[in-house]
Amino acid sequence: MPDNAIRTPLFFSLPETFDGDKWICRILILLVCVWLATVVFLPVFGLLSKSLTDADGNFAGLANFVYYFQTPALSGSLTNSLFVSGLTMLISVSLGFFYAYALTRTNIPAKGFFRGLAMMPLFAPTLLNGIALVYLFGRQGLITRGFFGTLPGWDIGLYGPVGIIISEVIFTFPQAMLILSVALRMTDARLYEASYSLGASKWRTFFTVTLPGIKYGLISAVFVCFILAFTDFGAPKVVGGNYNILATDIYKQVIGQQNFVMGAVVSVVLLIPTVIAFVADRIAQRKQVSMIAARSVPLIPEADKVKDRLFLGYCSLMAFLIIAFFATALFASLVKIWPYDLSLSLHHYNFRRMGGGGYASFFNSIRMSFYSALAGTAITFASAYLVEKTGGMRSLRQGAYFLSILPLALPGLVIGLAYIFFFNAPAWTVLGITIPNPLNFLYATMGILVLSNVVHFYTVSFLTATTALKQLDQEFETVSESMGVPFYKTFFRVTVPVCLPAILEIGMYYFVNSMATVSAVIFLYSADIPLASVAVANMDDAGDTAPACAMSVLIVLTNVLVRILYGILTKGVHKKTQAWTSAG
Amino acid sequence: MTPKAKQNKLYLKVRNVTKRFGTFTALKDVSFEAGQGEFISVLGPSGCGKTTLLRVVAGLEKQDSGQVVVEDRDVSDFPVSKRRMGIVFQSYALFPNLTARQNIAYGLKSRKVTQDEIKQRVDDLLELVGLKGMGRKYPARLSGGQQQRVALARAIALSPDLLLLDEPLSALDAKVRVMLRSEIRSLQQRLGVTAIMVTHDQEEALTMADRILVMNQGELIQNGSPYEIYDRPATPFVAAFIGSMNFISSAVKKEKGLYQIGAHLLQVSNENGSSGLKKQSSAILAIRPEDVMVLPKGGESEVNKPNVMNARVENMEYRGSVFRVKLRLSMAGNENSLIHSDIPSEKIGRLKIRETMEVPVHFPTDRLRVYSADHA
Ligand SMILES: Nc1ncnc2c1ncn2[C@@H]1O[C@H](COP(=O)(O)OP(=O)(O)O)[C@@H](O)[C@H]1O
Ligand SMILES: [Mg+2]
Repeated sequence: MPDNAIRTPLFFSLPETFDGDKWICRILILLVCVWLATVVFLPVFGLLSKSLTDADGNFAGLANFVYYFQTPALSGSLTNSLFVSGLTMLISVSLGFFYAYALTRTNIPAKGFFRGLAMMPLFAPTLLNGIALVYLFGRQGLITRGFFGTLPGWDIGLYGPVGIIISEVIFTFPQAMLILSVALRMTDARLYEASYSLGASKWRTFFTVTLPGIKYGLISAVFVCFILAFTDFGAPKVVGGNYNILATDIYKQVIGQQNFVMGAVVSVVLLIPTVIAFVADRIAQRKQVSMIAARSVPLIPEADKVKDRLFLGYCSLMAFLIIAFFATALFASLVKIWPYDLSLSLHHYNFRRMGGGGYASFFNSIRMSFYSALAGTAITFASAYLVEKTGGMRSLRQGAYFLSILPLALPGLVIGLAYIFFFNAPAWTVLGITIPNPLNFLYATMGILVLSNVVHFYTVSFLTATTALKQLDQEFETVSESMGVPFYKTFFRVTVPVCLPAILEIGMYYFVNSMATVSAVIFLYSADIPLASVAVANMDDAGDTAPACAMSVLIVLTNVLVRILYGILTKGVHKKTQAWTSAG
Repeated sequence: MTPKAKQNKLYLKVRNVTKRFGTFTALKDVSFEAGQGEFISVLGPSGCGKTTLLRVVAGLEKQDSGQVVVEDRDVSDFPVSKRRMGIVFQSYALFPNLTARQNIAYGLKSRKVTQDEIKQRVDDLLELVGLKGMGRKYPARLSGGQQQRVALARAIALSPDLLLLDEPLSALDAKVRVMLRSEIRSLQQRLGVTAIMVTHDQEEALTMADRILVMNQGELIQNGSPYEIYDRPATPFVAAFIGSMNFISSAVKKEKGLYQIGAHLLQVSNENGSSGLKKQSSAILAIRPEDVMVLPKGGESEVNKPNVMNARVENMEYRGSVFRVKLRLSMAGNENSLIHSDIPSEKIGRLKIRETMEVPVHFPTDRLRVYSADHA
């Protein structure tokens, strides 16, 4: 046995105590922190300081905020925003709870279909929610006009809070459903056995076991729905009418009146409740995680004909509403002149004489989403790896973690506005010192659009990556270290292949959201690079609702296509990995 | 087998190592040495710092003070990759997406060796650990014992001078565990590599190691051969942790080799657990269950032997080759008057021992251990 055949030579030009890998790691983590500080912390800081200056850039203290709250025309929006998002949250969480309950705790058929369908709104720009509602309940709406006069009409008074709330419920329902499904699925069956064996009734068990078991999931759903509804811009822009809310105010201040300072002030007003809700949500989620018993027994729903029928009825109704909603949008985009000439045609898909950029904007959006998916996935996964898997540098790693979670609390509009201030400034003035802005070149390029998407959707991707990485053996890095294999080799040879499913998921998430988002990019796109979602907003603004609808449909179709592609890829990966994932 | 001959040369010296995690001290001033080719086992309850000690030796964790010296060179500041150590982790940490062969070759790839050499080396290693022909399988398709062998082969692939094993057998079934014990041991001897194995299984330590380090709460309590550790445990903790031990507290030292318990005087011929003990100070006497001798009733020897007292058989538990018998000593004023005795089944039959019976019990003078009462 040639035991001495393979030996490391004992001659090194560097001192033997030098650990090159460790230094590379340190520098990389430091870079992650610098990067996050540059694209998250500094721009937000810039926005905050902007809100404290007057129009000429002099420090004004809280004067802007005093003015804001003394002007009912402005501050009334805060109450309006709180009202619509509060109501949205109540409705969404209730609807989402029963839907999730049906999917996890009953024996209804076609659960996969119901779950997939409920996710549909995630693929659409929220503008589409508004537009579809216009075709259903607007002045010429299907329902308002009683199906083109065949039935008595019903005008629900769409424009204003009603329209906003319906749109936001559609938008937030999938999120509530997803969070609550996870919570409901995690409950330990043994608790139910214990409860029944103690003679508790079903109702009593529901209140003493089910509800407490999903307490944190419920709290999380409440805050997530609130944040989403509170900060959404797309739907209120279409169906808000004269009902002012914070998100549309920011847009009006900045784009309409070019009042950047007031835009910053409203952004801060928007940001504060969001951050509070965000912190509450983080606390709830942490508690939820610590509640999972190591060896909990999954609950298998028992057959209960009445219950199952009831829930099947409910899910079918919801499914019908979702289908009807999207079908209306599709139909409206294909109809020649709603509601006068209902013959089908593709002429709304010919965006030639429209503002907004037409097909150029659509392909720009695809390009942007593709770059965002590529860059975002690489950056988030690599940073998550560095934060999760490298030793030492504790405080730096914690700092990086904090900065990675922060973007979740930042509404898209806030990111967009903060980026205008940060990247557009030819120079930054800090404490009286003026530094030329080295990042100014990014302004009005594809680069800044991609960057804003990467940051906007950073946290969810980061958490997905972290979860996947946590499932790997903690000693992979140590093993390679002991064999003298640099960590980056193990990263590419083991970590990435094993985490491929999560990596694909992150890529899909980035693509779909970049495609649909309007809030951050509406401040950042330039005339040379029009975007599809912005085109929807602009065409709708100009009264070209049908082409706006058509463009939205294109966005949804692209996203559904990408989702299908993702499904195929995942299946392929799964087949490949089956050889090394447990017995198969 | 001549491990002693090989152990002459000193290989590893750990000097006064202390390791803290925040305010918690995981290792307190730990020192020990390992000879070339020696098999050392670190034994102690869970959480006592065994893994931490191993990680400090490996260079995965940096000690707060003290040194790790390998062949007279202080390697305390060396990174893991330059310490020439093979490590087998408790979880094996096999790369799931690489075959057994690729796992074993993992470290070889980054050395300046040709593909043929690597292939040859991996073949040799697979054969060495008894996995010939299994190289193409992924870890998930191997049994626990086979995974353990792959981890072992991977750890020795770079011909390390020191092999570190962290509870390598704890995840396996009892049968496989026993088989792998002797395999690991003979492999280590064949390679002549120095090995440190962490375990919380006393039987594993006793059967495999040349020397055992017993740890408790971050401290090294005793360092000795398996025989020494079992025969002369340094503290009541070691005594109770390894094998079982009867403790008779509230003894008082009368003079050298003579201890009083209640009305009885017991002779002790080996007092090294308590050499510094003063007269009249209180002590704990200890004896292993297999050393407690039950004598035939009314036999003559009873009179002549020292350390004989009467006891009542409270309970008998059949354990195959022996009975574990609970005996109540007739010692007024001693709360620890219940002791265990392991008596061969044959003797039980011969002496017709039954429950509730009164029997004379003898404590051989050379089998009694003495500990200072402060140890308790
Ligand atoms: N990285 C760490 N940070 C903080 N405490 C640690 C760390 N590693 C180990 N400890 C603590 O040190 C003690 C000893 O741990 P360990 O060496 O793993 O014990 P053993 O291997 O003997 O079970 C434990 O109480 C453990 O909680
Ligand atoms: Mg351990």
